[in-house]
Formats: sequence, structure tokens, C-alpha cells
Amino acid sequence: MSQSQYLEVFIDESQEHLQAINDNLLQLEKEPGDLSIVGEIFRSAHTLKGMGATMGYEDLAHLTHNMENVLDLIRNDQLEVTSHVMDVVFEAVDDLEEIIVDISNGGDGKQDVNEVVKHLETLQGLEPAPSEEQAAKAEAVQPANTINENYDEYEWTVLAQSQEQGYQAYQIQISLDEKTMLKAARVYMVFEVLEQIGDVIKSTPSADELEEEKFDFTFVVTLLTTTEADEIKQRILKVSEISSVYIEIVNIDQYKENTTKEKNQGKEKAKSPAKKQEKPKKKESSPGKKGTELNKTIRVNIDRLDVLMNLFEELVIDRGRLEQISSELNNTELNETVERMSRISGDLQEIILNMRMMPVDQVFNRFPRMVRSLSKELGKKVNLEIIGAETELDRTIIDEIGDPLVHLIRNSIDHGIEHPDVRKSSGKPEEGTVELRAYHSGNHVFIEIKDDGAGINKEKVINKALENGVVTEEDLEKMTDQQMYGLLFASGFSTAEEVTDVSGRGVGLDVVRSTFESLGGVVTVDSELGKGSLFSIQLPLTLSIIDVMLVEVAEEKYAVPLTAIVETAIVNKEEVYSAHNQKVIDFRGKVVPLVFLHEIFQVPAEETDNEFYSLVIINKGEKVAGLVVDSLIGQHDIVLKSLGNYLSNVFAISGATILGDGQVALIVDTNALIK
Amino acid sequence: MAGSSNDEKDLKVIIFQLKDEEYAIEVDFIQSIERMQPVTRIPGVEAYINGVMNLRVVITPVIDLRKRFGIESKEFDEATRILVLNKEGNELSFIVDGANDVMDIPASKIEPTPEVVGGAAEEYLRGVVKLENRLFTLLHLDKILQKQVDKADA
Repeated sequence: MSQSQYLEVFIDESQEHLQAINDNLLQLEKEPGDLSIVGEIFRSAHTLKGMGATMGYEDLAHLTHNMENVLDLIRNDQLEVTSHVMDVVFEAVDDLEEIIVDISNGGDGKQDVNEVVKHLETLQGLEPAPSEEQAAKAEAVQPANTINENYDEYEWTVLAQSQEQGYQAYQIQISLDEKTMLKAARVYMVFEVLEQIGDVIKSTPSADELEEEKFDFTFVVTLLTTTEADEIKQRILKVSEISSVYIEIVNIDQYKENTTKEKNQGKEKAKSPAKKQEKPKKKESSPGKKGTELNKTIRVNIDRLDVLMNLFEELVIDRGRLEQISSELNNTELNETVERMSRISGDLQEIILNMRMMPVDQVFNRFPRMVRSLSKELGKKVNLEIIGAETELDRTIIDEIGDPLVHLIRNSIDHGIEHPDVRKSSGKPEEGTVELRAYHSGNHVFIEIKDDGAGINKEKVINKALENGVVTEEDLEKMTDQQMYGLLFASGFSTAEEVTDVSGRGVGLDVVRSTFESLGGVVTVDSELGKGSLFSIQLPLTLSIIDVMLVEVAEEKYAVPLTAIVETAIVNKEEVYSAHNQKVIDFRGKVVPLVFLHEIFQVPAEETDNEFYSLVIINKGEKVAGLVVDSLIGQHDIVLKSLGNYLSNVFAISGATILGDGQVALIVDTNALIK
Repeated sequence: MAGSSNDEKDLKVIIFQLKDEEYAIEVDFIQSIERMQPVTRIPGVEAYINGVMNLRVVITPVIDLRKRFGIESKEFDEATRILVLNKEGNELSFIVDGANDVMDIPASKIEPTPEVVGGAAEEYLRGVVKLENRLFTLLHLDKILQKQVDKADA
């Protein structure tokens, strides 16, 4: 039971580490020479291994252990970063991901990892003779190296200083007998021995972990001493159940060489030790872990945030009620208090909404991996460019957009990007580009998926649409190119001539569209044959609390989202023209069609003889329309609530809200009203 | 679905009134019984859907069961009740003429719906129950709810 409270943390952190490994592996593939990336991967893998072992997930620990070995070979220039090596490592990461998913679904994290482990072991056995030069280098730098202790700059400084004082630094690798029962006790005894003859400045795993027996059977300590290596070895071996001790001198000169190479740094090192200490901080701040330590954050369970949000929604509803009461009573003191409360709760609302904002990176970060394996699978060359991953969106929206985006990206790669030879013959670079971009614009976030592939064949789309009875010939005549491409999203539509492994699974584009639309989004597609396609998705920043204009139609109240409103207007009936049986007005030099809400919503009412129309001018992209209502009540913050599963597809209604007086008002889906 | 496995067990039901007949719904489905309250009309939905109401800050669809079963409408009065049902987190409510009673019905007393009851609603009826001198029509709630979801999806 005691584990369960750590489980969540374990899963969260494992996912972070896996993501880091994934990102860095992709990076490594691009820059195989950059061994600092290998170090990063190694660090994540190592932590993952430790966590897995602590939580008792043996397969996880076993697999990461083998992965580490391979990484280690890469780090020591004993294994080259080839596509094959990357495939095997990625395969291992896939398995790790599966294990984590299994654990987060309540499974026991057991998985048959033998095959991958075998692959990893083959890699380790292979050691495909690195070029002689490299081998020689490896040899010269670290003769017969078996210990790979990493020191940060601070530790190097300590080592260097102690050397000046006549101490020698040794790395000592101590292996316990595999049958050892009380590992921690042995470790304790070894430390006792070492501390009699010198100072232990570092151990891997850390002293805490050693104490908790969080290691296999081997650990490494760095000792500063004046005692000879042989004597140290003899002393340690006197502790029982030690199977082997390996001692190596820490090569401080090598470090010195490295540092003097970096121009200014050498001077700083000699002159001001204070500045020295800043350096590692800066250097380390980029890899996730230290960064998060610096800016203080806490992890909050999302459920708690949801509870907070729900409570706040009720507060907003009551606030509306209070505002109404105070305006009715017209008591100055009450008014002031309510005003203050409104202001404070407005600020509070912003804070809560901000807490729920997350960068789209959360969704985007899984795509590079997906694109890599997908392009391999299809034999295509694809470069994925991600722009604006830091753009923030409400969590509820983030949660929903993952799958439809996956579908659109798959679609781009499967149907859009051509095979390398086709691209070559049409004069394009062999490698296709898919650009995934997110950006803010007004109260919306836009996500675009753009490829430089074959584009959409309009004829094919039209033929298919006619075939499936999605449109008639007459409809087509009136349609713009964009609207025709939009037919792709009609239900039961697929232009794929053969169902490939990629496009055959899962959902169609119609589901993609309805998912986005249920989030209050709009999807458009544009394309140029031979040049590529662009899928653009417009999403609201947040779903839960929105600004609306309340309007009245006869006895009924409706809410029109402010984001869709251009402005409000009152026009004389005489200014209304009729064009082909459609009422229009001339609005700032533009012909704008009118939509009579009482007709659309069949509001029961008697004909009123009003000289004027109250209008709410709404837009959807370029298109504009005027909603005719009876009166405008005013602007309000409302809490958006769904109509529930039983009423999921009501025309032109996107939800409901509860007003201050407890009444339910429907929210108009303006997108549905503009064709 | 649930109906077949429940056939063996005794049922605890709520008895409600529609016109001059008594109907029964399993008490497990009932979340609460409310007095009549304001309902907001939803445009463009089936006539029997009255609209939605604010049930303690939850938007809940309201269905007029008289209209659903093709019985002529009647003014709401003091006796009118709204039965709020909850099935797997989905809330739905029925307007009925009155809620009368809670009782236990032995499974053995459930008889198939007589053919003549018929009409459009027949498929939603699970059977009739005769207890002493009262006759109840037992609703097949799974089916009624299912139809709603199907319609909403269509």
C-alpha cells in the first residue's frame, strides 16, 4: 500500500524521463558526434533505472540497465551511432513506454523484454571496431577504462585543489558478492575503512541510495588520500563479501587541459573561484531537472484543479446573482461591496485559468517520434518542424486535441508527402517537410499543419463526394475551392485508394473535425496541387468561462460568445434590403446577410411592430452575418456547460449556462449560422 | 442487457402517475424527485423534449413523458413531478403527473405487455405487474435511455 502514494510521482517522472530520452535520441540522430547528448540520455536512463528498481519493476530496470550499457559504449566511442543502433535503442524506449503505460493503467509493469534485451546485448557484443583513430584516442584518454565517473566543475575544482595539497584522487569500483544479504551493511563497512585513510568526496549511487540499497552490486566512490592504491585495495578486501575492487587514478591533468582550451574560462578559474561556481549553474540550468529546482513549482493533481474550477464556476454564477440583486436594490454600500467582489473574483478567475494553461508542447512532443517511425514504415523521408510549442492552451483543450492532431499529421505524411523518388523527379528535395505551428491570435490559438507534398487532387475529391452523395452537382457550382477541400471532412469520406496500414486504422477526418468543433474550434484546409496542403485549426483559449453578449428573443435569453462578435448595431427596418429572398443590410459598405434568430430557433412569439432591428454582427473567418434579436441585454462572464450526452447535436447551440437568477440560457454556436 | 439478468430478482420501484394509469421505474435509476420548475426550451429537438433545467448547477434535459408516450398534454399542477434519473453519469428527467409510491415487486409477478397496449411506446415497456387490485406498467429504462443516445448521435 505504501507504494501507491509514490506511484503517481513515479509515473509522472518516468514519463518525463522517457520524453527527455526520446527528444535527446532524436537530437542525437541528427548530431551523432555530440556526446554531451549521450550524457543527457544516459542520465535520464540511469534515473529511470533507479526509480524502476526502487518501485520493484524489474523488467523496467533490467531493460534500462542494458540500454545504459549500450549508451555507455557510445559515450566511450566504442560504438558508432548508426541508424541500426538508433532503431534498437528506440525499440527499447518503445518497450519502456509500454511498461509505463501498463503501470499507469494499474498493471504490474511486467513485460517480455527478452527480445529487445537480446538486441541490445548484440550491440554490446558487436563493438564494431571503431575507426583506428577513434580507438587510439579512446585508449590514450582513458587507458583500460572501466569506471566512468562524471564530475561537475565544482567537484573538479575540489579534486584539483586537493591534488595541489599532495592528495591523490582515486576512483574505486567496489563489487559486492552477489549473495550478499545485507548490502547496506557492507557499504557502511567499506566507507568506514575508506574514511580511515582519506576523504570520500563522491559516490555513485549517492550515499543515500547506497544506504537504501538502491544499487545492484557495484558502486563507485571517489577517494582523496595519500595512501597507495594497493594498500587501499587490500584494506577494502578485508571487508567480507567483497568480490572485487578496481582502483584507478583520476586524471586531473586531463580536466585542466580541457578547461584551458576554453578561452576565458581558464583565467576565471585561477582568479575568482566565486565566478567558477556560477558556471556550472548556468550550464546545468537547461536540462529539465535543475531548471525546475530553480523556479519553485509544485505538482498539483489535475483533479484538484478541476474541483477548484467547479467551485469557482459556482461562485461566478452566484456573482451574477449578486450583481443582479444589488442593481435591483440600489443600495450604495451593497453596490460597492459587490463591485469589489466582482473585481476580485475577476482576478481570481484569471489566476485559475492561467493555472490550467499548459504549453501545447505537451501534445507536440510526441510527434517527432511518431513521424520518425511513420516515415520509416512508409519509406519516406520526412522532416518535422515544430514552431511555437510554447503556446499555451487550456488543459481541457490540450487533453482533447492529441488524437485528431495525430490523425492530421499521419494524413499529411501518408497522403501528402510523396516517396523520395517521386519527389526527386518532380524537382523537389527528397526530404519532405511537415510544419507544425502553433500561435496566438486574439482570443484564439491557431494550430497549423503544413506539408510540401502532393497537395489535394480536387477532381478526386469532387468525384468521390458525388459518388458518396455528399454533394450534388448544383452544390458544387457554388462552392469555393476551400469548401471543396472541406468535403474531405464529410463523414464516410476517404480519398485513399488503398487502405494502408497507416490510414486504415482509427478514425476518419469527419471525426477529426467533430472533435475540434466540439471544442469550439474551426478546421479549414487549403491546398495547391503539387505544392502541398495546409490544415488550419482555430481553437478558443479556454472552454470553461467565456465572455458573452446576452440577447433576448421574445421571452427567451441566448448567449452569443464575444469572440465571434464584431460589434452590435441597431438598424432601421427601412435599411434592410432583400436579395434573392435573403434579407441583407449594407453594413459599412459591405453586404451582410441577416439571420433572424426567432425563425432559426422557432421562438414562440407574436409579431412585434418595432421600427428597428437589434443586430449582433458576427463573423467566422472572412464571412460576416447579422443576428437579428429583440434586445441586447449586455456583456457577461458565463460558465459554459454542456447539454449532456442526450442533447449532443442541437443545431446552432453549443452549450448552456446558468444565469444569475438560476435560469438556463443557451449559447449560440455562431459558426453553424454562417455558411 | 441489465433487464435479462434482473429478471430473477425482486424489484424496488417508484410508482408514478400518467393520466389515469400507474407506471413503475426501478428505484436504482432515480436520483431525485423534484417539483415542477422553470425549463428552458431547446430549439429544433423532438417535441417531447421540453428543454433543460438547472438542477443544482447541473444542466439536465427534461422530457415530457406524456408527449413521449403520445398521451394528450395537460397543464402542470401541484401534483406534477420531475423524476431525475441518473444512469452511468448521464442525467435525464421525466415530467410525470405525480409520484405516488415506492414498492417491492416480486420478479415473478412481471407479465409480458399485453399486445393491445401497443402503440409506439411498446418497445419501451418491460411488462405489466398486477398486485392486488392495482396494475402497473413497468418501464424498460435501458431502452428508453438508449434510444435517446442513439438519436443524439444520429
